[in-house]
Amino acid sequence: MKVLVGIGGADDSLDALEESVQRAVETGDELTVAVVENPESDRDPGGLVAEAEAALTDAGLPANVRELSGDPGSALVELAESEGFDQIVLGGGHRSPMGKIKLGHIAEFVLLNARTSVKLVRDDAG
Amino acid sequence: MPGERVYPDEVAAAFPAPPVSFTDGEGRDIEVRDFDGESAGGAEFDALVEMYDDFDPADRAQGVPPVGEDRVRDWLDTLLEQDGFDVVAWHGDEVAGHATLVPDDESTYELAIFVHQSYQGAGIGTKVIEALLGHAQTEGAEFVWLSVERWNRPAVALYEKVGFETASAESFEMEMAIRLN
Repeated sequence: MKVLVGIGGADDSLDALEESVQRAVETGDELTVAVVENPESDRDPGGLVAEAEAALTDAGLPANVRELSGDPGSALVELAESEGFDQIVLGGGHRSPMGKIKLGHIAEFVLLNARTSVKLVRDDAG
Repeated sequence: MPGERVYPDEVAAAFPAPPVSFTDGEGRDIEVRDFDGESAGGAEFDALVEMYDDFDPADRAQGVPPVGEDRVRDWLDTLLEQDGFDVVAWHGDEVAGHATLVPDDESTYELAIFVHQSYQGAGIGTKVIEALLGHAQTEGAEFVWLSVERWNRPAVALYEKVGFETASAESFEMEMAIRLN
């Protein structure tokens, strides 16, 4: 399966990356990581590209990492469609102090606008 | 001061502080009392756990309350150990509902309220939320916000009734806010 993981630097996006890498190792998914600019995150895209490349290489996967500019949600949807990806994988949101899940803006946009299937990764130790 | 969220300019009216006793729409005698972390571990805490353990999963919102007694206990421990405010509505020694304010930063609190299915539709939610806000108001809390799924109209109507205003509506969940002091 051709999988596109979108990461913008929020913690949940890094969980999505980790889970996708693990799954690609097990299943042979063809994995591409797209680094987008998430205004809700402080992490810098350049650093994220390096981090993603290292994660892929360490797992013995090809270092397919792309940096996307412009609106993150629409850039992901467009790339997934134009290059025939089977699935977009994103972080599944963060929890408020109360424990309520809140999806990121990018995930909301992609869920509503993608023609591709979308997977949200939730890392719930609790 | 809170960040991007928009709070009403006006301070809300004074809310009744707990304990608050009333007869609900079904003729049951209900008392709303404040509930602090020190109650954790005791019989009252177990009664609260029981209410959540028996909560209809279809009425969950944004992943809370969690499902399963162990997760409910962990979640309540986390809520109660923080420096927030809690009130519980009692029908005898059975818990009808619970509302909580969890501190977000120094001046803002996130609110959540749950009324057990067998006590819904009897006016308990309004009393519980008012008592919680009254409790927090007395203790000097200023800003309270909450998030609610925008299709949950009964909840939004309840929050509006006690004075919450829409603070942000750009997401699947809308945020509402109130100024207490």
